Amino acid sequence: MDFSIIATNFPTYLEGLKNTVILVSISLVIGLLLALPLAILRNYGSALVQAPIRAFVYFFRGTPLLVQMFLIYYGMGQFEWVKESVLWYFFKEAYFCALFAFTLNTAAYTTEILRGAIKATPHGEIEAALAAGMSKLLMIRRIILPSAFRRALPAYSNEIIFMLHGSSLASVITIIDITGAARIINSRYYSPYEAFLTAAALYMTITFLIVFLVKKLELRWHAHLQPQSSQPAIEAPP
Amino acid sequence: MMFSLHGYGPAIFEGTILTLEVSLTSLVLAMFFGICGALCKLSGTGPLRLIAQVYTTIIRGIPDLVLMLLIFFGGQVFINQMAPLLGYDQYIDINPFIAGISTIGFIFGAYMTETFRGAILAVNQGQLEAGTAYGMSRAMVFRRITLPQMVRHALPGFGNNWLVLVKTTALVSIIGLDDMVRKAGLAAGATRKPFTFYLVVAINYLLITTISVYILKQLERRYSVGVREV
Repeated sequence: MDFSIIATNFPTYLEGLKNTVILVSISLVIGLLLALPLAILRNYGSALVQAPIRAFVYFFRGTPLLVQMFLIYYGMGQFEWVKESVLWYFFKEAYFCALFAFTLNTAAYTTEILRGAIKATPHGEIEAALAAGMSKLLMIRRIILPSAFRRALPAYSNEIIFMLHGSSLASVITIIDITGAARIINSRYYSPYEAFLTAAALYMTITFLIVFLVKKLELRWHAHLQPQSSQPAIEAPP
Repeated sequence: MMFSLHGYGPAIFEGTILTLEVSLTSLVLAMFFGICGALCKLSGTGPLRLIAQVYTTIIRGIPDLVLMLLIFFGGQVFINQMAPLLGYDQYIDINPFIAGISTIGFIFGAYMTETFRGAILAVNQGQLEAGTAYGMSRAMVFRRITLPQMVRHALPGFGNNWLVLVKTTALVSIIGLDDMVRKAGLAAGATRKPFTFYLVVAINYLLITTISVYILKQLERRYSVGVREV
């Protein structure tokens, strides 16, 4: 194995790293923003509102991300009306298509995670909110969502990692993300070990970084659940 | 007409069969890796526990596609470096089917390890001791007491892993295996109807997962017969 290839081509990997981080973070942020209202409507909306959300979640959770990406990247060109509209300006770009597919995919998974977390709100808390005379919106904002976010955090951290790993599919539609960089190096030098092991190491580093950050956040958000002894004792004033 | 398949129906059907073949073979491999991994994690031998721990940690850190490309291209180089040493001097092509199922089996073996480990731990300790007291060997205790009861605890996690596994098989199309995604790609190229064909494939995946969920529910009911519902 000759890792000097990697050293001389490191800018390619940096470019890939940049693209992976951009793709993953933008799709996660927009996906979460979409998922929040969807999850609330999925719990409290009328049956008519719930049905399309359920269908959306069912489709995007039940089919492979690769197929979703192909449907958008290759599929949109089948429709003349898309090609003739301004939409084509976006859909002809691989980068936009990957972003679009990732966003919808993570929105569907996140909706399901948040739905479960909202549904698991203890009855007593809701009754207390109602007894205090809160309106439904106020109750959702002050009582249900804060505790739902706490409950959703472990599952959501899995979703972040899933999205990071899923983003490697972008390399299939010509985008140079970390995997794309590795594929370029592999085909240029025919050195699969060096190329893909470097990519694997980069992904692993990001994964552990995410796990570490979520653990920190979890400690903060779940501070009230920690045993008393592990919290710093408050010194009594002299 | 959007839903005319222009005679590519049988090709897509063949692809679907291959997808199912890849899924089921990888599942068998994953279960094998999973049982080995779980037994290692629960064994009293330190090095075995360490190996299993490293295995599950690494798999969770690397994307499936990267691992698959590493095994596909890396395996090719490895085999062709090794073959001359064994006195074989022709170029060997690595079979994408083998590369595909071994990667998917290896990846999901790690997830199965966690599922099986939890399920084994959930079996009542007293029953295992009772088995030993009856003079059963450790293998027999595992076969007669642990295995039948761990199935119930393993089924929900197992089902989830299976559903994710089926969707992961779409990746084998990237290394050139003629599964339904690749067949759809070929048909789409010939007919210029990519949306139609990829939609058909998406519906096929939905069918497979929906049927799987139904079967898993039945199995769960069957294996929970003796358990009182709360």
